[in-house]
Amino acid sequence: MSYYFAIIGTQDNPLFEYEFGTAKQGGDGVARFPEQARHMNQFIVHSSLDIVEEVQWGSGQMYLKCIDRFYNNYVSCFMTGGNVKFLLLHAPSQPAASTTARASTSIAANPTSPQTEEAIKQFFTETYENWVKTIMSPFYQVNQEVRSPVFRSRVAAAGKKYL
Amino acid sequence: MASQPSKPPPSSQASSARNSQQGLRYPSTGKTIYHRPLNRSRTQELSQAGFAYLFSEMVGYAQRRVTGIQDLEKRLNVQGHPIGLKLLDLLLYREPARTQLRPLNIIALLQFITTVLWRHLFSRPADALEKSSNPDTPDEYMISDNEPLVNQYISVPKEMNQLNCAAFVAGIVEGACDGAGFPARVTAHSVGKGEEGELWPGKTVFLVKFQPEVVEREAYLGKT
Repeated sequence: MSYYFAIIGTQDNPLFEYEFGTAKQGGDGVARFPEQARHMNQFIVHSSLDIVEEVQWGSGQMYLKCIDRFYNNYVSCFMTGGNVKFLLLHAPSQPAASTTARASTSIAANPTSPQTEEAIKQFFTETYENWVKTIMSPFYQVNQEVRSPVFRSRVAAAGKKYL
Repeated sequence: MASQPSKPPPSSQASSARNSQQGLRYPSTGKTIYHRPLNRSRTQELSQAGFAYLFSEMVGYAQRRVTGIQDLEKRLNVQGHPIGLKLLDLLLYREPARTQLRPLNIIALLQFITTVLWRHLFSRPADALEKSSNPDTPDEYMISDNEPLVNQYISVPKEMNQLNCAAFVAGIVEGACDGAGFPARVTAHSVGKGEEGELWPGKTVFLVKFQPEVVEREAYLGKT
């Protein structure tokens, strides 16, 4: 399972990007997007912003679950109060889905199962906490890119813990 | 390369160059803003004297090189705006998980502002929230505060009686509205008539005027 996480500002501008792989079931935490598909991630995530804008007025929940899919790429969304979007693209690695029955209950094989939803929710919630800390900095202005290495390592830790 | 044998290898050179570019300096304890908890207890209040002193400096700062009262109010508004943007997310984060909802309509947003935001800033809810009764302005709402905390130690000179320094609070409200996706113009108006024996001489009304697209969206969402 490979993940691509992006934080999108209120003007549909990217503020933060992070790519990682699963650390569960012996995963080494390295994203394994096929080389010819990797550059598509940004496009896929960007194209799902239209759907986010439709879904965001349907429910006041921050976690909007899996909102879009493009072939084997699933996009989950979390919307903060300040209209900043967290988008997580998750692409299950094909072999894991087809090999064993044991793997079928894992997060990696079922991108839309309740367990996966819950894990992603926890990841988003933890990231949201760090996000609020970021914007509480008096020097942070809205729609500014986040460059803090501490923030990046916190996101990485959350990804490792839940995904 | 040969002429500069003491140069470090390219990779570490690149990373050190990046570090110096970012100019990041960590405190000696190693604790950054990310190491601090977001849930401060409610009892941690600031001294009002300290705030009044700071606020008088803020008004004085805003007053430099202004062209008029409107300009001064605009500058105070601009000072408050980012605070509103940030408080919106902070207070939503502090809400209990079950009621952690983004405001989806004008009423929910204004109720959030008059209760949660007001209580956070002034330890009490706002005194009234009204919708404009004028049928020509369905996009206007009014939040009243009988005794704005920011104005407590401010006496406005006679020749500037149009000024209300609660424009700063109006800026906070405007920031919260803008952040939630309800762009609005918020202005502060004194409604006390200056008569003797008036119950609330400093009563201030915050006029919230939403942009037309907000009202349009509200009507559309209400139908479906």
